[in-house]
Amino acid sequence: MSPPRLGQPFVVSSVSTPAGTVPQVSAELTPADFWGTIKVRWGVRRTNYKVDPGLYALGCPDEKSPVLISANYKLSFDTLRSALKGRHLWILVLDTNGINVWCAAGKGTFSTAELVRRLQFSRLEEVVSHRRLIVPQLAAPGVAAHEVKKLSGFKVTYGPIRAADLPAFIDRGFKANSAMRLKTFSTWERLVLVPVELVAALKMAIIVVPIFVFLGGLGGSSGYWDDLMNHGLFAAAALLSGVLAGTVLAPILLPWLPGRAFALKGTILGLLVALALVFVWNADSMEGFITLENLAWILIVSALSAYFSMNFTGASTYTSLSGVKKEMQWAVPLQIAAAAVGLALWSWSLFTA
Amino acid sequence: MTRFVYLKDVVTLNFDAENCYGCGMCLEVCPHGVLVRDNGKIRIKDRDACMECGACARNCPAEALKVRTGVGCAAAVINAALGRTSSSCCCVIEPEETDAKTKSAAGKSSGCC
Repeated sequence: MSPPRLGQPFVVSSVSTPAGTVPQVSAELTPADFWGTIKVRWGVRRTNYKVDPGLYALGCPDEKSPVLISANYKLSFDTLRSALKGRHLWILVLDTNGINVWCAAGKGTFSTAELVRRLQFSRLEEVVSHRRLIVPQLAAPGVAAHEVKKLSGFKVTYGPIRAADLPAFIDRGFKANSAMRLKTFSTWERLVLVPVELVAALKMAIIVVPIFVFLGGLGGSSGYWDDLMNHGLFAAAALLSGVLAGTVLAPILLPWLPGRAFALKGTILGLLVALALVFVWNADSMEGFITLENLAWILIVSALSAYFSMNFTGASTYTSLSGVKKEMQWAVPLQIAAAAVGLALWSWSLFTA
Repeated sequence: MTRFVYLKDVVTLNFDAENCYGCGMCLEVCPHGVLVRDNGKIRIKDRDACMECGACARNCPAEALKVRTGVGCAAAVINAALGRTSSSCCCVIEPEETDAKTKSAAGKSSGCC
């Protein structure tokens, strides 16, 4: 265990305390901080976006200033400090392996043990005269307030869910109102999660799609390139539609899609997207809409959309493990079956075209 | 504000009113308003809204709340079923898995959290 480095790019200065020199940070984010946020939201080195664990001074805190606890995911740290413009506080950053507060608490790295360990190492009891810690409410799956009190003498007060509510929470005398205690999942909160989902899916698509385009050229009777332009490109369009439906449209449309299970929402959305694609692609086709090839892609697009929608449970703020397991029991076999039948139909359609 | 509700009657949350002495910590930590205080007594108001995060059970000094905790994440369930330990993602089924966070060969990184 070592103290936080003063040389980290977001550290502006340092303050001296009875427990040694503490790095000082500002509530003003720099362009570099914003750029970092954009990158991790798109999944670029998201797993290594860290702040050194330990004690930081925000502004010029003194021995009476409140102490906030945070995770060492830099996005969490930046969200916290930028919500506290004009305030003077201590921020104690725990080592959560660069994972955000809620996930780290669920995983057990944002824990009672880590909090107590970090308190002792930073000698916080020498820095402040009070014995109150403001711990994010979403850390509660990992931190037991009564145990922290027993082990360290510090009293845990759970702060609001959103960092933006912290100034109001502090001004109300460290009391949250009921709205501050409820986790929402607004359109914007869902939207910021989309890029990471999309990028992860596209990494797979970049390998799979060209294979289907190539195979598309092998079927049909109009010569390789004509068939590739016809069946191959249709395959590419269908696969990407399925990916986009499950990773982009489903998260955005979540509250308006029918059903409770994410896989069901994704299936319905996938069917609609697939039908729209078939309709647009075959608008001037002589063969009509009911072909083996169209049927194949309706099945595969629905399965893809269902699968990726189901995976969004991990990003959602309200799904239980029991519920996810229950929906997967019927959804995964159906997805595999639909994809397998779809692929068989597509192969068949290529050779009989 | 849109209110999301997940599947009905799946949640493992259990409240033992006998042990509860009404400190109200569970009301503070629950992110979905599952519990309420009624005439001084705590009770479960909206069981289906529970996401089994375990915050209430962890912070109950009387151990009156029990829940089988876990992260409701399909990717994690799949990884666990395939015997993979997910690397970058918060989605793990077993919280005790705290070994080195090296990038697994599977490289499964869902965008959870």
